[in-house]
Amino acid sequence: MATLHSAPRFTLIDGLKGTLSTALGDHLVDAHEEHGELLLHVKRDSIEDVLRILRDDHAYQQLMEIAGADYPSRAERFEIVYMLLSLTTNSRIMVKCRASEDTPVPTVTTLWPNAGWLEREVFDMYGVLFAGNTDLRRILTDYGFEGHPFRKDFPLTGYTELRYSEDEKRVVYEPVELAQDLRQFDFMSPWEGADYVLPGDEKADTPPVDDPKVTEKPSDTGAGAKTDKHAADKVSAGAPAEKDGGEAIDPPKPTEDRAARPKRKGKTTDTAKATETKKKKAPAKRKPAAKKDGK
Amino acid sequence: MSMQLEESPTTGDEVITNYTINFGPQHPAAHGVLRMVMELDGEIIERIDPHVGLLHRGTEKLIENKTYLQALPYFDRLDYCSPLAQEYSYVLAIEKLLNVEVPERAQYLRVLFAELTRICNHMLNIGAHVMDVGAMTPNLWVFELREDCMNFFERASGARMHAAWFRPGGVHQDVPEKLLVDIGEWLDTRLPELFGDAMSLVLDNRIFKQRNVDIAVVSKDDAVAWGFSGPMIRAAGIPWDLRKSQPYDVYERMEFDIPVGTNSDCYDRFVVRVKEVYESAKIMKQCLRDMPSGPVASDDRKVAPPKRAEMKQSMEALIHHFKLYTEGFHVPAGEVYVATESPKGEFGVYLVSDGSNKPYRCKIRPTAFSHLQAMDFMSRGHMLPDATAILGAIDVVFGECDR
Repeated sequence: MATLHSAPRFTLIDGLKGTLSTALGDHLVDAHEEHGELLLHVKRDSIEDVLRILRDDHAYQQLMEIAGADYPSRAERFEIVYMLLSLTTNSRIMVKCRASEDTPVPTVTTLWPNAGWLEREVFDMYGVLFAGNTDLRRILTDYGFEGHPFRKDFPLTGYTELRYSEDEKRVVYEPVELAQDLRQFDFMSPWEGADYVLPGDEKADTPPVDDPKVTEKPSDTGAGAKTDKHAADKVSAGAPAEKDGGEAIDPPKPTEDRAARPKRKGKTTDTAKATETKKKKAPAKRKPAAKKDGK
Repeated sequence: MSMQLEESPTTGDEVITNYTINFGPQHPAAHGVLRMVMELDGEIIERIDPHVGLLHRGTEKLIENKTYLQALPYFDRLDYCSPLAQEYSYVLAIEKLLNVEVPERAQYLRVLFAELTRICNHMLNIGAHVMDVGAMTPNLWVFELREDCMNFFERASGARMHAAWFRPGGVHQDVPEKLLVDIGEWLDTRLPELFGDAMSLVLDNRIFKQRNVDIAVVSKDDAVAWGFSGPMIRAAGIPWDLRKSQPYDVYERMEFDIPVGTNSDCYDRFVVRVKEVYESAKIMKQCLRDMPSGPVASDDRKVAPPKRAEMKQSMEALIHHFKLYTEGFHVPAGEVYVATESPKGEFGVYLVSDGSNKPYRCKIRPTAFSHLQAMDFMSRGHMLPDATAILGAIDVVFGECDR
């Protein structure tokens, strides 16, 4: 397939796959090239040896990243992927091994000092253990966090939430309580494996009732002499008048947003009535107006 | 801070005890939420244990629950000082899996704005670094320039920071001609003038040098072993730049130099960034000069949406648009690791696709993680106030470090 994309173009050394396959020998499980990148799958127990060989004999000097990934359907569900970079040959490779919850992966902190935090992150997120890492603490999650959040079976919302409690004057942890369901949209086309009920299809799968409703006899219809008798009662004679109920509610008081507003100049006789709210205040307002009129 | 004198309970002698302090998590010089537990002997740093993750939001998990396009804006929010640089790695990773061709104009636009992002990022870091060691004025000046960059982002994408403008297959929209003209003029006049003025206050400043020269010297071997990248590895004297060695888009057509340091101290890291600003300006000018006209997004309608006008005429375009913004595109199964030269170093995305419309796994390789890890060994034996200079020269942003 011709390369059309414009992603970073690093050197793909000719015959690298063969060279590394022979160099790694028994350690190797599988090697394949994909999108111009070489991916080596090696045995878990020999990951340290493999990376040492790659670093010392094949000039992959830098460990850029360790990524975890979770495939719950597999027997060994976790994949740990090491991204190596060679500054001298300008080449990248990925090396991966598999592990489960209780099979530790040998640490590579012996080879690269920066592996420490990278392994801590994989441990924190997936619960993969690294044998020989002396400082395998959690790194990204909260102090006292439980569980491994990036596992596929860990819910997106998590299990606990925290808020500041005004009563206790401190931050408290509580089980997650969602006011609204977490919205999960699955926009895959139904014929491509989406698993949801299309609007309008809710009753498509409901089985038919045992005895279908028929109107063969008058008694089946629910109508009859008794119904006729009461039919006239239901005829509406106009809508019932609305009755005032309960005590009268005071109308809301006007909001004075500028209490210190200077009094309006000019004639207020026309507007005074329209704006008066309380009878007590009304004469007080009229007085200055009357004075002005007098002038 | 004074040394703590204690009466020894047993002998009655005066002893000076080591003590532990918390640097951060809320400290302006911590560049965000970094808590460092420091063990001090007087003012000498004996050991540092950085506690990161206070800004952990589970971005990678959220991305697994979104379609490829919906996940894109999360990348703006990682390193919020250089948003487009993060999008770059992500869209290139998707394009690599899809093997989709990007039109030339889009490639030029992406390089142009990636470099503008670099300038924008360095303005913040240079200003913050200078302010961490005590100077106030240059920071205010370079923030003017940063504001200009933000205005350019806004004119291109509508958003000052969280642009979401790079899209798989190109960029979201073409830019107005006037914007390119204005950027060109800005590169010719305002940037060199104001930036030159600001740097003339700093580069030969005695106090600035006293605070930075010979602080946190890292040897070449250490820089490689600790997984350094970007200005950190270049300051150590290794001319390693992914734009040069593993070019993406049209970087291989650009002429620019890679500034390298000689002493690998905080001052060198600072100067490397200053020089990079000028190199970025060079690249941007070449982009403006050579940029062809044409489409700005792939014409593969299974990846990039059709034009709005086309949608009003063509039923097929309407369907494509609808499917792209509901279901999204499907990416063939496979896994790639794509790393680009972000302003802070190598920013990588390890993308695993299972053939559906959502990423199965998206691991983000932050630049700051390896650098911050080296904080301990870089700071040992230095004074407490040096820690802020070292931290400033690393250029950390916690949105990206903690994800």
